[in-house]
Amino acid sequence: MTCVPATTEKSLGLVIDLDSCVGCQACVTSCKEWNTGGHMAPLTDLKPYDGGVDGVWFNRVHTYEQTTDAGSRTVHFPRSCLHCAEPACVTVCPTGASYKRESDGIVLVNEDKCIGCKLCSWACPYGAREFDTDVGVMKKCTLCVDRIYNENLPEADRVPACVAACPTSARHFGDLADPLSPVSQLVEARGGVPLMPELGYRPTNRYLPPRAKKSNAVTSGAPPLSDASPAGGFLGWVDRLLSA
Amino acid sequence: METSPYIADRVAKTTCYMCACRCGIDVHIRDGKVRYINGNKDHPVNRGVLCGKGSAGIMQHYSPARLRKPLLRSGPRGSGEFREIEWEEALGIATERLARIRHTDPKKLAFFTGRDQSQSLTGWWATKFGTPNFAAHGGFCSVNMAAAGLYTVGGAFWEFGEPDWDRTKYFLLFGVAEDHDSNPIKIGLGKLKARGAKIVSVNPCRTGYNAIADEWIGIRPGTDGLFVLALIHELLRAGRVDIEYLVRYTNAHLLVIQNPGAADDGLFVRDAEGHPLCWDKSANAPARGDASTETPALSGEFEIGGRRCVPAFQLLAQRYLDESYSPDAVAEKCGVPAETIRRTAAELAHVAFEQAIELPVAWTDTAGRRHATMKGRPIAMHAMRGISAHSNGFHTCRAIHLLQVLLGTVDVPGGWRYKPPFPKPVPPGAKPAGKDGGKPDTPLSGSPLGFVTAPEDLLIGDDGKPVRIDKAYSWDAPLAAHGMMHTVIRNATRGDPYHIDTLFMYMANMAWNSSMNTAETMSMLTEKDNDGNYKIPFIIYSDAYYSETVPFADLVLPDTTYLERHDCISLLDRPISHADGPGDAIRHPVVQPDRDVRPFQSVLIDLGARLKLPGFVNEDGTAKYKDYADYIVNHERSPGIGPLAGWRGVFGEKHGRGERNPSQLQRYIENGGFWHHEFDVDQRYYKMANKSYLEAAVGMGFIAKAEPIRFELYSETLQRFRLAGQGHGAVVPPPSQRKRIEAHFDPLPIWYPPFEEAAIVERDYPLHALTQRPMHMYHSWGSQNAWLRQITSQNRLFVHHRLAAKLGFADDDWVWVESVNGRVKGQIRLVDGVEENTVWTWNAIGKRNGSWALKENAAEHTRGFLLNHAIGDLLPPDETGRRYSNSDPVTGQAAWFDLRVRIRKCMPEEAGFTSPQFKKLPLPPGISPSPSKLSFGAQFKQKVLAR
Repeated sequence: MTCVPATTEKSLGLVIDLDSCVGCQACVTSCKEWNTGGHMAPLTDLKPYDGGVDGVWFNRVHTYEQTTDAGSRTVHFPRSCLHCAEPACVTVCPTGASYKRESDGIVLVNEDKCIGCKLCSWACPYGAREFDTDVGVMKKCTLCVDRIYNENLPEADRVPACVAACPTSARHFGDLADPLSPVSQLVEARGGVPLMPELGYRPTNRYLPPRAKKSNAVTSGAPPLSDASPAGGFLGWVDRLLSA
Repeated sequence: METSPYIADRVAKTTCYMCACRCGIDVHIRDGKVRYINGNKDHPVNRGVLCGKGSAGIMQHYSPARLRKPLLRSGPRGSGEFREIEWEEALGIATERLARIRHTDPKKLAFFTGRDQSQSLTGWWATKFGTPNFAAHGGFCSVNMAAAGLYTVGGAFWEFGEPDWDRTKYFLLFGVAEDHDSNPIKIGLGKLKARGAKIVSVNPCRTGYNAIADEWIGIRPGTDGLFVLALIHELLRAGRVDIEYLVRYTNAHLLVIQNPGAADDGLFVRDAEGHPLCWDKSANAPARGDASTETPALSGEFEIGGRRCVPAFQLLAQRYLDESYSPDAVAEKCGVPAETIRRTAAELAHVAFEQAIELPVAWTDTAGRRHATMKGRPIAMHAMRGISAHSNGFHTCRAIHLLQVLLGTVDVPGGWRYKPPFPKPVPPGAKPAGKDGGKPDTPLSGSPLGFVTAPEDLLIGDDGKPVRIDKAYSWDAPLAAHGMMHTVIRNATRGDPYHIDTLFMYMANMAWNSSMNTAETMSMLTEKDNDGNYKIPFIIYSDAYYSETVPFADLVLPDTTYLERHDCISLLDRPISHADGPGDAIRHPVVQPDRDVRPFQSVLIDLGARLKLPGFVNEDGTAKYKDYADYIVNHERSPGIGPLAGWRGVFGEKHGRGERNPSQLQRYIENGGFWHHEFDVDQRYYKMANKSYLEAAVGMGFIAKAEPIRFELYSETLQRFRLAGQGHGAVVPPPSQRKRIEAHFDPLPIWYPPFEEAAIVERDYPLHALTQRPMHMYHSWGSQNAWLRQITSQNRLFVHHRLAAKLGFADDDWVWVESVNGRVKGQIRLVDGVEENTVWTWNAIGKRNGSWALKENAAEHTRGFLLNHAIGDLLPPDETGRRYSNSDPVTGQAAWFDLRVRIRKCMPEEAGFTSPQFKKLPLPPGISPSPSKLSFGAQFKQKVLAR
């Protein structure tokens, strides 16, 4: 059993806009590419060129079809660690390998302490943990802790790899504990939601729900087209327009 | 813990090649290895973002399928048996063969390249070699879009134009699944979402971009043209078109001769100097139509020189106001409710005319009129392969451009904008060269590809037979501006129109996903004549990877990866400009090859010198260019115009036009691998008639004269061919082809059912079958990528729930997809987001066993399938028994998406694996079996600890 801090100074996390995610997988492969050489390197791939290929990924995008009274829609849903305020994956860890940082709330794994018991992956309801069978330790999203403070990177690049790559600007990074931060304000403005809050783990990440499909249409007031009723016969209106 | 780990020894900025989008990338290199690739923040194409493919570039660069050394076939063709040879031997074999061809009959060399980005070099090489048989892959990709655009508005979707993402309020997207182009569309959609603009997608499949649209119109494949013409019907009916715009920028007012049955019917009335005429209402007299007449008649009937004539606009309006184009008349064919069509038209009119915008930017048009502001109608459109890959795609694309123009939305604020060097005159000036078929040891008089405007320009002999092996620019496909690579293998095998000696290809997987009718194509590549000789005697192929086509080559020239080479993304070729100004870019070797491979373009230049082609050698016969990099800097296509436009002039002080600059590549590298010039604000819109822009464009060498570019809504070019189809003129089609020419060369956009649909019995093949390209895969390249194939290694056939219920299918069932051409087996996935009479799958996931260094149980060849097996390369016979290529009759564009199928559940014992299957390919010598584990990146972590 590992303790989590009662509070953290910051709650760094992601805000993911389901209204503009096109499911392009940029966040998925940019994450893989950064992290396979990063803090938890490598993100091992087994049978990489054969059947049954199985690799470690910190971020995956799933595509669902959702049918409601308003009709059916296709939703692309990126899934990664939510860096919960009350992470069960940490509290179940028997060795203290899993931990939540007091400074920024990021949930990490100390590989030196991980015994590969997988209790954390059983405890996480979001499926965010990835066991590297080759190395024998549990791995997970680090929120690119080796990028966001990295002084070897230009300041503008100190964001998670997935956020930097996202072509539709569907991913945002910041401090969700600060109500004035751009991400908090975005959540406020767009009605951002935590994932499965009823489970009580208090995820930090937020998802912005798809906007109602018609409400933002600039043309909702477009009147139906009526006949130009050309007086004087065919194309009369053209000449009227030109001579006007 | 270490939160500031060391990342890289250096960051090299170059250009991505994980698809055709050509984004700027920052390649982080450590200990000579690629650590990480991210988007270049300063780059005008991607502004720092990078897609799912680009972010997996490391795995492409380190692919186990990379070729390692030149290969010479040692077993039967197709067996994949090779021996490694040295480059000197390989180039010697190629030179000896090509020299003999050039000295006897240069057209016996068919030189076709695939998805390369060096067509300005390859086309020039073919010109100097003297063969008319050259093209790139455009004929089976998107020539319908390019040709329809260039013959209508002097630009085209994607490379020659883009939506005004920052200002549009209403975005209409036709037939786009993913790239063409990738990141710019994604960035643009993000902007539209942020501003609350409305996105309407017209597409049978609701994936990707279409999934986030405000409105998805799940249209029946191949009916987009009818849908668009019904929108036009509605706008005309309501008088909601931009008359002032039409008069100023189009040929709507030109007078068309009405003389049915005569040789001048449908042509413009011209004065003695050949200027087209209009009717000036103020003067009540004819006037020059290419001058700025403010009050031309758009309707009415006139008589000039004894000839009856009417304005083109009247013909246009009469046609589309006809009830056959009304929403009610087309709704069922399109699978779109009439009410949706009416509402869409009303929305377009509302945004165009009630929500018009204005930029406080003064500008002057080519008639000398000063405008205080730039007026904009904020409707933008984009269209790509869903329109292009049908046999009616040329006319459908023209219909979309017509819709844009009627609304006054081309190159206005909020509309669809040209990307320099476009617009160009409609169509661009150069005609295809090689009419004489090429002469021994003689270059062609110009590029083998160009734009015909009359039957006299066709590449046909006096007997009417095609000059080119692919039959481009013949009566089969008169406006085949990109050639017809998809017909080459069949035509060369049949000797129709003649036999060739050598087929030389680059980077085109013609023995698999780039050909229709794949199985037969493979057998044609190995077909022998009665003497036991291959019908295509010799095949040279250059590729970086072990694709399905490599085993069919006699000589393999291994290329480098995109990180190991020089390239130029040239304005002479396929530009990457932004609407605000031109740009170009380079690739440069950011890591060195660890294999005995050479960049194809350098090899081609070397071959050019060995063959002593004019332009490739100095007067003393020595090679003019050391390699491609040397060519990029020192080649001039015309005085002051070279492959790169940036930092020309001795001191790098000139842009566009200027002397050679020996430091040019260094300047590009210092600037992040690209050059981008921003036009002044008053040059950025109305480029077709913007005096300041056009003068700047002349200065940069984009166009010859600063004259206005008039949109050809009514195409006199098409009418000239139609008249030939009616038997008029000196060059006419043979009688058996006249009806086809007459029917499809309508001067105004038309719609007709896709050819395959028209030829089959609908109840036998009741479904449409399509492919889409996944956002994370680019054609066949993705499957060798250890990361990308984890996202998709088996493609499913997507079937609507209701269709499945009707047919008694359950999710995960295995089915046969059967067409008149063949059948293929795959596994279904039930969905809601597809038009109900359409099934579709991801393109080119299915692979041949043994290719791409994939292993025995890879899902790509056990369970993934290639729909191409069901797509015919020929149409069913017409009434004369003739079988045309399965292509658009105007441009020769391959009609991939015309496919009609039925699906049938497999027998239980047939489930679980795909069919057809082909003999497993052996790995070529020198290529090791792929690893069973990848721990890429572990080396960088160890280094962290060590430091």
